[in-house]
Amino acid sequence: MARETRELTCINCPLGCPLTVVLEDGEVISVTGNTCPRGESYGRKEVTNPTRIVTSSVPVDGSASERMVSVKTASDIPKDMIFDVVRALKDVRATAPVAIGDVVLADVCGTGVDIVATKGA
Amino acid sequence: MAKTIERRDVVIVGGGPAGLAAAISAHEAGQTDILVLERDTQLGGILNQCIHNGFGLHTFKEELTGPEYAARYIERAAELGIEYRLGTMVIDISPERLVTAVSSADGITQVEAGAIVLAMGCRERPRGALATPGYRPAGVYSAGTAQRLVNIEGQMPGREVVILGSGDIGLIMARRMTLEGAHVACVAEIMPYSGGLKRNIVQCLDDFGIPLLLSHTVTRVEGRDRVEAVWIAEVDERMQPIAGTEVRYPCDTLMLSVGLLPENELSRDAGVQISPVTRGPVVDQSLQTSVRGVFACGNVLHVHDLVDYVSEEAAAAGANAARFVAQAQAETEADRGIPVVAEGGVRYTVPSFVSPQLMDDRLTVRFRVANVYRDHFVSVYLDDERIQHRKKRVMAPGEMESVVLRRADLLAREGLQRITVKLEEE
Repeated sequence: MARETRELTCINCPLGCPLTVVLEDGEVISVTGNTCPRGESYGRKEVTNPTRIVTSSVPVDGSASERMVSVKTASDIPKDMIFDVVRALKDVRATAPVAIGDVVLADVCGTGVDIVATKGA
Repeated sequence: MAKTIERRDVVIVGGGPAGLAAAISAHEAGQTDILVLERDTQLGGILNQCIHNGFGLHTFKEELTGPEYAARYIERAAELGIEYRLGTMVIDISPERLVTAVSSADGITQVEAGAIVLAMGCRERPRGALATPGYRPAGVYSAGTAQRLVNIEGQMPGREVVILGSGDIGLIMARRMTLEGAHVACVAEIMPYSGGLKRNIVQCLDDFGIPLLLSHTVTRVEGRDRVEAVWIAEVDERMQPIAGTEVRYPCDTLMLSVGLLPENELSRDAGVQISPVTRGPVVDQSLQTSVRGVFACGNVLHVHDLVDYVSEEAAAAGANAARFVAQAQAETEADRGIPVVAEGGVRYTVPSFVSPQLMDDRLTVRFRVANVYRDHFVSVYLDDERIQHRKKRVMAPGEMESVVLRRADLLAREGLQRITVKLEEE
């Protein structure tokens, strides 16, 4: 059996409990160091399926007011794909008019998640 | 000089999150003759460059980016038909509430205001405020300037970065620069704890393996025309660099995230009393400053860490400004109310005066603590009687705290002299 121990800092409150999560064959068998239930669920999620929203900005053509338009992944993507997503955005340009929520890049890196504008331009 | 003087019921100085929330709330409270003056070319203030997510969890129960959060308020203001002027910078406010502004379109204009809401926000503590010796080469940026360059202008300030100060903007920029292909060598923090939110330390530094060096500071900046390296040393308890601990970091960019200062030049001109602790106006329960009819909210009042609380506070200021206009001259308020005293680890409170007769049923008093406190109680005293005693697992200077005062509690005590907010070990 493969046993693995991961050290994390809980982000739910300023306490910042140092969590120790023990996994066996990829299954969480214990979360310790937390002082409340939120710490345990954070610890479980963070070692089994950590996800993040990625935000960035891309150049926009044809806008009178903006050179760049800010964008985000419409929902969480796997944490280990952050750099893939950012690389995929490298050569993306938007064209005005852009409204909040407009899809700037569909299904980024096969995640099934769109990159959407977060500002009008 | 200005040709004619306009007359408006409520004039709001600044169209960022505080000014927008104040304007909307003043309108909803029944004063529709509102004018927002904004010096930038668009509304939204600093939120426009804060493209990261995490805004609005309290207000909207969802995680928005800065521009999205701003858009909610800009749309609401538009629905209400609130008038605003862009590219218009207020240059003077008189104690009689005469507002003087300049813009390239209209030149100098003057507006006589029934009530004024100060919502100018804050700015970054500059390098000059830090005693960092050396030349003044290019490549030293405040974190907010760098944020504007990257997110709004689409320009990279540098490739090899050291960040001094662990304020939230510095942490956010550590991640942003990394995602844009730069290398962030470290974040140095002179204090033994970070000034930023825990969430940002994990998601902006730990996620990318960027070291946070607590109790460290920059002792030297190398380079004449452009930054070539910075030297970082460990500091002792008195924050003095410890000899022999200096390490040289070759880099082309030094970013400073060393604190924010409320921008109160205009407030001072108006004769508004400024707190030496918050560097913002001293206010009463209605967020009114020492000058009648002049209210303050948001980062110009005291620096916040969450925009949600800015919106909440600004909504109160806007509603109170509207109420002032409605009752206006009828009410003569010579008495400033009962002082709210900050003691024992509480650095300040906002407001710092409360008139029980004039307050709402519940009043949120916000404060910051002076240090990291574990398992301490937040206590509220009415004179010598303790009426609130709440245990907190941890409190830190980087996270704003609050207590709620009830009007009924205060009214029940005749001759009340002072309200004290303090931390206690038990």
